[in-house]
Amino acid sequence: MGKKVLKVEDVSIKFNLSSEKHDSIKEYLIKLIKREIQYDEFWALQDINFTLEQGDRIGILGLNGAGKSTLLKVIAGVYKPTTGRVKRSGVLAPLLELGAGFDMQYTGRENIYLYGAVLGYSKQFIDTKFDEIVEFSGLEKFIDVPLKNYSSGMKSRLGFSIVTIVEPEMLILDEVLSVGDAKFRKKSEKKLMSMFDKGVTVLFVSHSLAQVRRLCNKAMILDHGKMIAFGEMKEITAMYEDMINKD
Amino acid sequence: MKRQLQQFYKYRFLLNELVKKGIRLKYRRSYLGIMWSLLEPLLEMVVLSIVFGTLFGNNDKTFPVYILSARLLYSLFSTATKGALRSVRSNASMIKKVYVPKYLYPMSSVLFNFVIFLISLIDLVGVMFVLGVYPTKYLLLSFIPLGILLMLTYGAGMILATMGVFFRDMEYLWNVALMLIMYTCAIFYKPERLLDSGFWWILKFNPLYGVISQFRNCVYGQPLDMWTICYSAIFSAVALLVGLYVFKKKQDEFILHI
Repeated sequence: MGKKVLKVEDVSIKFNLSSEKHDSIKEYLIKLIKREIQYDEFWALQDINFTLEQGDRIGILGLNGAGKSTLLKVIAGVYKPTTGRVKRSGVLAPLLELGAGFDMQYTGRENIYLYGAVLGYSKQFIDTKFDEIVEFSGLEKFIDVPLKNYSSGMKSRLGFSIVTIVEPEMLILDEVLSVGDAKFRKKSEKKLMSMFDKGVTVLFVSHSLAQVRRLCNKAMILDHGKMIAFGEMKEITAMYEDMINKD
Repeated sequence: MKRQLQQFYKYRFLLNELVKKGIRLKYRRSYLGIMWSLLEPLLEMVVLSIVFGTLFGNNDKTFPVYILSARLLYSLFSTATKGALRSVRSNASMIKKVYVPKYLYPMSSVLFNFVIFLISLIDLVGVMFVLGVYPTKYLLLSFIPLGILLMLTYGAGMILATMGVFFRDMEYLWNVALMLIMYTCAIFYKPERLLDSGFWWILKFNPLYGVISQFRNCVYGQPLDMWTICYSAIFSAVALLVGLYVFKKKQDEFILHI
């Protein structure tokens, strides 16, 4: 048994869906005085518990709005859980909507350094990896062009190349395996596979059962913020298939 | 505390990148580029000198130095706090996707404006020489008011950044407040005008004016006034502590509001 790299303990997260948004102080004060502020509480996640060992590749299944992306964001540290906690070790690479930290006025070259720094890497480190990143993305010709002139596929390719070049110990994938054109998709899947072989831990959200079957060894089903099943991939995917077909 | 320092150390490259980004993007696509950080205060100094010097009948030959020494400090405070106010929201796309210590955003916008400010100090040195205000040993003490100013700016920036997330109105309110602050800092009039009237307290208790007047003392070769330095320093330290406190307390809620 490998060492435990991720421990999610009793994690719940509550959102206040205020029925009306008050963006101005005046509005807020008036409502505060009239006691009209009411929050519709909404538990996006409730009592999630699980542990992953190094090298586990877990597929997270569930319908839209089940809390899959929220769970990934809690693990990535973007959301702070309302209760419970997340313990993780090792370098984490979040692939949540690729290239979201890019600056559109910056060129591709500048964005590589910026995004690298966002992920916590030094300039020297990016210097050594720079050529590799550019080569993998296949954007040699456009590297000094401002990002606003890139197509969305080009941006995702650049994002993917930066995040995966650093060889993280944990990878968070939120439906990003459909990046770029067919050729790049093949290349990126190959890259991911080689990372899997090196024992990277993967959390993976997908709506494609086939993909989960191909890539994962464990799986989990989320439904309305609750974890209703967690275990070996084969059992869980079968269960999920039954669930979908029943309705 | 130790953990926070470690974390800060880990993200120093990001802070560096964000500061660089601010400077680079500020003047990108302008022909003169970074030269503007020298040219802009100089041109403004000329305008203010003509209006408040020549037209208002002020015959002090060194009046441009008087104006520039205050204007540079005021514009650092105003651009940096404005930047900090917007910093969390303008980096929303990053905050929503990856974990980054959030205080880096107001900090980077204060620091990049400070770098531009340091560049524009070249103007002051040049104008001082041209108009015959020669440096004395007191100029060496100018780091004291500047240090206090940096503390005040970052403190105010953190408070504003936090408020800016929850209330969009802050941006407009703060613009008006800044105008008020500008007119109560004796940038282009002599402070005696207020000090000798019933409104002396406006200047006496304005920490930004305190910083400006002490910086002027350094420029004009006069000793620092201890009371003013202490008052401004204490005010700024309190602003910084309040800023750190509210920011830390509220930062986990930012994501729900951007």
